[in-house]
Amino acid sequence: MIDREQVLHVARLARLELSEAEVERMATELSGILDHIERIGELDLDHVEPTSHVVALENVLRADEPESSLSRERALAGAPDAADAGFRVPSPGAS
Amino acid sequence: MSDLVELSAAQAAERVRAGEVSPDELFAAYRERAESEELGAFLTVSDSGADDLAETPLAGVPLAVKDIFCVEDVPTTAASRILAGYLPPYTATAVERLAAAGAPMLGKTNMDEFAMGSSNENSAYGPVRNPWALDRVPGGSSGGSAAAVAAGLAPWSIGTDTGGSIRQPAALCGLVGLKPTYGSVSRYGMIAFASSLDQCGPITRDTTDAALLLRHLVDGGHDRRDSTSVDFPEPIELPSAERLDGVRFGVVAELAEADTIEPGVKALFDQTLARIEELGGSVEEISLPHTEHGLSAYYVLAPAEASANLSRYDGVRFGMRAGDGDLLSLYERTRSEGFRAEVKRRIMLGTYALSSGYYEAYYGRAQRVRTKIAEDFRAAFDRVDLVVTPTSPSVAFRLGERTQDPMAMYMSDYCTVPMSLAGVPAISIPAGLSDGLPVGFQITGPAFSENRMLDAAHALERAIGFDTSPPRRGAQAVAT
Repeated sequence: MIDREQVLHVARLARLELSEAEVERMATELSGILDHIERIGELDLDHVEPTSHVVALENVLRADEPESSLSRERALAGAPDAADAGFRVPSPGAS
Repeated sequence: MSDLVELSAAQAAERVRAGEVSPDELFAAYRERAESEELGAFLTVSDSGADDLAETPLAGVPLAVKDIFCVEDVPTTAASRILAGYLPPYTATAVERLAAAGAPMLGKTNMDEFAMGSSNENSAYGPVRNPWALDRVPGGSSGGSAAAVAAGLAPWSIGTDTGGSIRQPAALCGLVGLKPTYGSVSRYGMIAFASSLDQCGPITRDTTDAALLLRHLVDGGHDRRDSTSVDFPEPIELPSAERLDGVRFGVVAELAEADTIEPGVKALFDQTLARIEELGGSVEEISLPHTEHGLSAYYVLAPAEASANLSRYDGVRFGMRAGDGDLLSLYERTRSEGFRAEVKRRIMLGTYALSSGYYEAYYGRAQRVRTKIAEDFRAAFDRVDLVVTPTSPSVAFRLGERTQDPMAMYMSDYCTVPMSLAGVPAISIPAGLSDGLPVGFQITGPAFSENRMLDAAHALERAIGFDTSPPRRGAQAVAT
């Protein structure tokens, strides 16, 4: 049902690098799980509204007032590579 | 000091108030046990609690906290390598509220990585053993929290439940586990798995302790830092019911009769129904016709939400980083080395379900199934006060028994997922032992019916008289 090419496509979307063995296993396992899941295809759901959230809430707002937040230092404290008051990453084009 | 470990948290609090033991002594007694344990239940143990807690509502009785809750400057990993070394700059509301009520954090407990699992075997920091049988799993994902309380390494604990992660480990470890109505407890600082389902709740030795923790978890109401949190409409009372006169219980035909339910579990379920009737309650069969599709809907919705929530782990702002090439390979290498198999599987599943061309067939349909399941519950609660099912289809299984078969592992959630999808509260209490292993009985009610649910659970708990102490003696033997 879900083949190697699809696994590689989804892995790329999910930013996961899978080993050859993981690709094989993922294809088998995801197919098995999707087999089970696809039973919901049997239900007649044409006129049913989707539920994204169980508690009826609408536009939970607060007053738009400035207040203190996490300091820059604190926000950067856990970064693997902080530099010049920011998060340093390799250039998207580097290799 | 060792007899202290036999007390429930409420009883320990009474001893503190009577001046028989100080909060410091209580903390030290548990700290010593938590530090020397060999079940794999704790990931970190705190140095000390605060010493002026005797006059607080929770009297300084220490609390084990699932490692999914951020605590300022305390290592918080969600049992994942990708968060190794992470020190949160803030504290989860749940932990903050319980600490303010007088329950200092004893330590952080082991769990399935990012709360994905039913056995605690998906932790990057090793499995947890069930104190009732050391070759068996404690359940998951809050496996460390449950094992710690059962083994007397902690008086009580909090966990999180997305599809059964509080109730199933509580059942497998012979404890009380309560998943509150969605929205009752703030999710601020609780590492997100599936945001529309995740809910924090207590794992305790009895229903009184569960009510005490819940009372302070919901106290304070809406948290402005979690826009989905709501005011609980009434205070949580300590349960006192001894009878069930006039209470109507519905037995879910589709769940109680499913062939996935082990005979030993079914036998204790039927025995508990008989007790309900002895206590004056009535039992009738009801139907939740869409619950059999609950698991399918859940395993679309939860992975879909997880795939979005876990995109934040990219090696840039916190946690581990791997890869030394370009930015894309940094993302991919970090995530591939940081996540374990189950988390990758769910990210893949969720990404697939949300991807172009499949969205409506999977995610859209699953959201509609969710509506049908919520409607099923509403119709049921027009006829009965509470609905009951077994908590877990099986007793604790052996370590390794289900790790090669994801679908078999997912079946652990068969009876607990429907309530999560509907957002209604549910509690698991011990019903007895099957071949020496605990079996859970699940009670669920309409949204915000926690007081009624706890009262029914309390009456049954008294009638059943389950002895939670054997694993504490066992764990001591292991530790020495």
